[in-house]
Amino acid sequence: MTIAVSSAPGLPRSYAAPLVGLVSFIAFVLIVEALLRVGALNRFIIPLPSEIIVSFGRLFLEEHIVHRFLVTAGECLIAGVMVTLCGVTVGVLMQRFKLFQQACETWVAAFASAPLVLTYPLFMVIFGRNAWTIIMMGFLSALPPVILKTIEGISSTRRVLVDVGRSFKLTATQQFWKILFPAALPTIFVGVRLGLIFALINIVGTEFLINFGGLGQLINDLAERYDLAGTYAAICFVILVSIFFFIALEKGERWLRPVD
Amino acid sequence: MPPPVVSSDAILVADDIVVRFATPEGPITAVDNVSFQVRLGEFVSVIGPSGCGKSTLFNVIGGLLSQHDGIVKVAGETISGPHQSIGMVFQEESTFPWRTVTDNVAFPLELIGMPKAKRIERARYFIKMVGLDGFDNRYPGELSGGMRQRVSLARTLASEPKILLMDEPFAALDEQTRLLLGDKVLQIQQQLKQTTLLITHNITEAVQMSDRILVMTYRPGKLKRIVDIDLPRPRTSEIVSSEAFGRYVAQIWNDLREEASRGMLDEEKEVLSGHEGAR
Repeated sequence: MTIAVSSAPGLPRSYAAPLVGLVSFIAFVLIVEALLRVGALNRFIIPLPSEIIVSFGRLFLEEHIVHRFLVTAGECLIAGVMVTLCGVTVGVLMQRFKLFQQACETWVAAFASAPLVLTYPLFMVIFGRNAWTIIMMGFLSALPPVILKTIEGISSTRRVLVDVGRSFKLTATQQFWKILFPAALPTIFVGVRLGLIFALINIVGTEFLINFGGLGQLINDLAERYDLAGTYAAICFVILVSIFFFIALEKGERWLRPVD
Repeated sequence: MPPPVVSSDAILVADDIVVRFATPEGPITAVDNVSFQVRLGEFVSVIGPSGCGKSTLFNVIGGLLSQHDGIVKVAGETISGPHQSIGMVFQEESTFPWRTVTDNVAFPLELIGMPKAKRIERARYFIKMVGLDGFDNRYPGELSGGMRQRVSLARTLASEPKILLMDEPFAALDEQTRLLLGDKVLQIQQQLKQTTLLITHNITEAVQMSDRILVMTYRPGKLKRIVDIDLPRPRTSEIVSSEAFGRYVAQIWNDLREEASRGMLDEEKEVLSGHEGAR
């Protein structure tokens, strides 16, 4: 007996989900536009989506959003490099010295859930109203997930891989660099990815709060000018940056896991 | 069993190995006074029911378990840890997922500082030997379980050990793959005249490959009997249908049945006492 298996007509499966997502988004925007136009939603709080779209052009031409983006990206990059170096090192040391891990792991985990952005006045006092306050806020908020995921990655290395290393008489240093670290790398990268997302949120948030730097300051400026459409457009731009940032990091993570 | 007289061509000698583990219920003797030797080029299997201390013995001989009584000697030298003369193939899948097949196999060669071009060439030789040519640049995640075990085998062979020590390397594989891989191991062992010690619970596998089989008792793991397998070589999986093969399997099963039953009863008691404890 032959069973004919036919695929569903229409678009390939890989395009279907993004297309449905896009159509849903457009439908949502159209509904909001309609609700605003009929007065069901307050136009003094939410601007028309069509106005937001139009004001994107203004952001590029008058508000130099690309330059602002580069300032924020630079801060993120510095915080990212710092957090990767420090977080991974601290995580490795904590995993290696069990007493240190037992003493501090709960603190680090608690630190991860603390609203660190509220400590910005302290950093203003230490560093002044400049980029370092913003970078340090990003760095600190990103540190806990990197440390915790580094500990998790190294601790969860399969026992048999460590035994393979022992059977080949690897030294402690070789065991770390040739087995433990590469085995932990995908998990560490999950921590770095989470950390960088936290860093981005906190960096933009601090820029907004101290009215300094890149995209956060732009949003603050526009809000203070009561340019609602511009403010929402800038917020949309930050969301888009976050989405692309997230996708890029996800691709990086997949590259680290050649085949699952 | 009395300790065997060490023969002049013995490359591996285990003398009076005793392993005890501390448990909340008190010390447990996992391996008790186990002595045996493996001659150069010989294929020896250790068989026993689950829980008889086979894997513990594997770890002792491989040098991964140092807390034991007794002596392990390789080519006359007493060893107290992992030794370059012993290559280990583990029961669990042990390829490095971040390395390609070639890089996995070249791993021991990289450790000794062999130049890249030479080690790739050498790795390819062993990849071909285990029948994986064409898969050189694949990652383990792209391979089947049997193929990954062959990568592990090739990696161990690449270190050119004097003794190949394998702990149930085909345990996680289906019966057909297991038979075919058994053929492959036999072919390689005959080609390299590789001294091999196989830990297994599979009687067919043990008889198919071995020159001698050491039958172990259930806890504490002692040597119950040594069976010489006098079947012609070279062997393939076709030998499993021969009458002589069947006789050996029956003989070993006869020895193991009582031990396996004891193991099963013990497990049932443990489960029942666990339930009682939970109440």
